[in-house]
Amino acid sequence: MPVEVRLPTLLRSQAGGAATISADGVTVGDVFRTLIAEHPGLADSLIDETGQLHRFVNVYRNDDDIRYLDQLDTKLADRDVISILPAVAGG
Amino acid sequence: MLEPERGFTPPTLRLTVAQYRTIVAHCYDGLPDEACGLLAGPVEADGEPTGVVTSVYPCTNADASARTYTVESRELLRATSDAQSRHEDLVAVWHSHTHSDAYPSDTDVSQALAPTWIYVLVSLKHAEPVLRAYRIRDGAVGECEVVLADS
Repeated sequence: MPVEVRLPTLLRSQAGGAATISADGVTVGDVFRTLIAEHPGLADSLIDETGQLHRFVNVYRNDDDIRYLDQLDTKLADRDVISILPAVAGG
Repeated sequence: MLEPERGFTPPTLRLTVAQYRTIVAHCYDGLPDEACGLLAGPVEADGEPTGVVTSVYPCTNADASARTYTVESRELLRATSDAQSRHEDLVAVWHSHTHSDAYPSDTDVSQALAPTWIYVLVSLKHAEPVLRAYRIRDGAVGECEVVLADS
């Protein structure tokens, strides 16, 4: 089902400059696989070496952080909005 | 410091006195932990902040730690959406150092992901707070001028 993916400024250059991308998928993980197939430069920013969500990125289904849902298995409905934001952290 | 030949001109961060007070007060409120927040303002076409700040978002330190901070993720989303709804963007993050200087720590440098952002540090080490601002790019730290205005 089609969803809108909103990319942060930081990742747009790895996706041809687009701020939003339309993608299909039943789960967030599906959508990420589609995105990465089209824009391989996004892979290292989104997924870690074990295939899990990268710890320095926050992903939301509408207003909900998918870490508190089902992570990459979070299910999507038609016209959901996925927002990707880099984690803002330091010491 | 960053080299001028790398094409780096650090923006000047322009805060009103009220914005400055909001930032510093939130840092004291967070003690004994580090406190953090976000600043939004207009950006140029290339994503560079003009340095003017239009919104101050005090945020929760999700780490609840005196040594590290992570801006609570839902507050980050809300601040981002709010700024973008006004055709602006987040331009800076601030956090406090409770017992060290207002200079980016090694952790701050290694976790700084946004090359166009201004990283604001507030030191509460001394009786008077110290606020300074930096650019962090590719592991290099350059200081930004901070100008306080009445309005």
